[in-house]
Amino acid sequence: MTIDLSLLPDGGVSWLDASGENADIVISTRIRLARNVAGYPFAGRARDGERLRILASVREAVHQAPATREMQLMRVDELAGEDRRLLHERHLVSKELAGLDPQHPVRSGAAVFLGDGLGVMVNEEDHLRLQAVRSGFSLPAAFAAVERAETELGARVPYAYHEEFGFLTSCPTNTGTGMRASVLIHLPGLVLTKEISKVLAGLQHVGLTYRGLYGEGSEVVGNFFQISNQTTLGRSEEELLEDLSRVIRLLIQREEEARKVLLRDAGYIIEDKLWRAYGTLRYARSLSFDEAMNFLSGVRLAVGLKLITGLSVYTLNKLLIFSQSAHLSHTEGRALSESEANLVRARYVREALAAEAGTSG
Amino acid sequence: MLCDHCKERDAVIQVMQIVDKGPVKHNLCERCAAEKGFETTVSAPKSSIVEFLMPLQKALATSPAEIGRCSSCGSTLRDFQRTGRLGCAHCYASFETSLRDLLRRVHGNHRHVGKRYTRPEDSTEQASAGLGELRDRLKRAIESEQFELAAELRDRIRVLE
Repeated sequence: MTIDLSLLPDGGVSWLDASGENADIVISTRIRLARNVAGYPFAGRARDGERLRILASVREAVHQAPATREMQLMRVDELAGEDRRLLHERHLVSKELAGLDPQHPVRSGAAVFLGDGLGVMVNEEDHLRLQAVRSGFSLPAAFAAVERAETELGARVPYAYHEEFGFLTSCPTNTGTGMRASVLIHLPGLVLTKEISKVLAGLQHVGLTYRGLYGEGSEVVGNFFQISNQTTLGRSEEELLEDLSRVIRLLIQREEEARKVLLRDAGYIIEDKLWRAYGTLRYARSLSFDEAMNFLSGVRLAVGLKLITGLSVYTLNKLLIFSQSAHLSHTEGRALSESEANLVRARYVREALAAEAGTSG
Repeated sequence: MLCDHCKERDAVIQVMQIVDKGPVKHNLCERCAAEKGFETTVSAPKSSIVEFLMPLQKALATSPAEIGRCSSCGSTLRDFQRTGRLGCAHCYASFETSLRDLLRRVHGNHRHVGKRYTRPEDSTEQASAGLGELRDRLKRAIESEQFELAAELRDRIRVLE
């Protein structure tokens, strides 16, 4: 089976369009709910036949429920490695579902249903991982979408639920609401002013945590932080969302203040650094992914500070996704070595920036 | 690019220092950066599961009664300790006391106050899954040498067949 992501209503990445609130600082909002089907062992312990039966019953429910019936099924277990990598780079499936984690090779029955800003992974760590993604800072809209799908599927497939512990999950760190709400936020100002470590240390005291671009275990690159709730039990979904929302609003405010301080106290240094980042992306002939992310972070900040105009946040967001290795290989139609990917990446970034070259200095 | 300081490890952190002459850039590896007292923002993998499992070791030492197997999936608390994952929903009943304690430590609470859920009536899905599921459970019971459970499952399969 070969993959054709153009079949998806939006290529699965409408959240890149920078249409949401505070989109220059917050890239996206993502909420996932973990659920398991009652009567089966969790996906890590289930046999192949059991996972396939789970997929069959989820599929039937997805096709019946109004919120999900338009979704497209992708059998992740039938895809080649490169295609699974592509889905993961596009944030449509987790590393575990894609079988990219050496500890967890792809399982039979691993699948994902994809719709507009909505995804349902099947046979991940939990049988069902429903997630909604929205552009910018948009917790209520993301929650409404994922909760509707969860309710409608739960009326057709019995979830594992316990009166005291709530929704039962494979890892007890998700038990209760099974909800992980995360906001992908760009904080170069707080990094440059060295405020970030204090901010990050403070998160743990309010039941939140942070990760890199790809969630659990991923490193922070390009000053992009994924802030999410750590606690899932003992607070209601609304309370957890409100806690996160309050902190994100505060972070946005602190980031804006830090940017003002930088411009005031080190204006020429910052301006020079950001233009150099732009210059490198505009003319470099070879770029590693981390390098591209770091320079893109600088350019994004320059756009936020209005030092560079005529360059859209949407273009910068697209570069985050489409300059990754599996995407470059997909566009080129062949597997690329790392050094080849660096050359193709530099060309792709140059062309994307040149197409919007209405910049002023 | 190698670290400016030790010239051995890869530089992963760029530090911009503003001195009299203007900005000076250093490329440092994580260790040298830490030695020089720069706080890094590189995320360390979260060790929540390790922290989470620490009290479990205590629980294992103090409640031998629960070092059994889950009667539904056959996994043990030690499997959980090794993988960080439970085998099935019934594990929550099999290891209830230990888990309640752990949930309280991890989440600060063990009582769900979020969305309530009632299973759909007439879960035809479960009925259709019945026989195949029992056969899978039987295989697992035999593999994990739970012969009493296996005998019970075999009888239930005969009835359905």
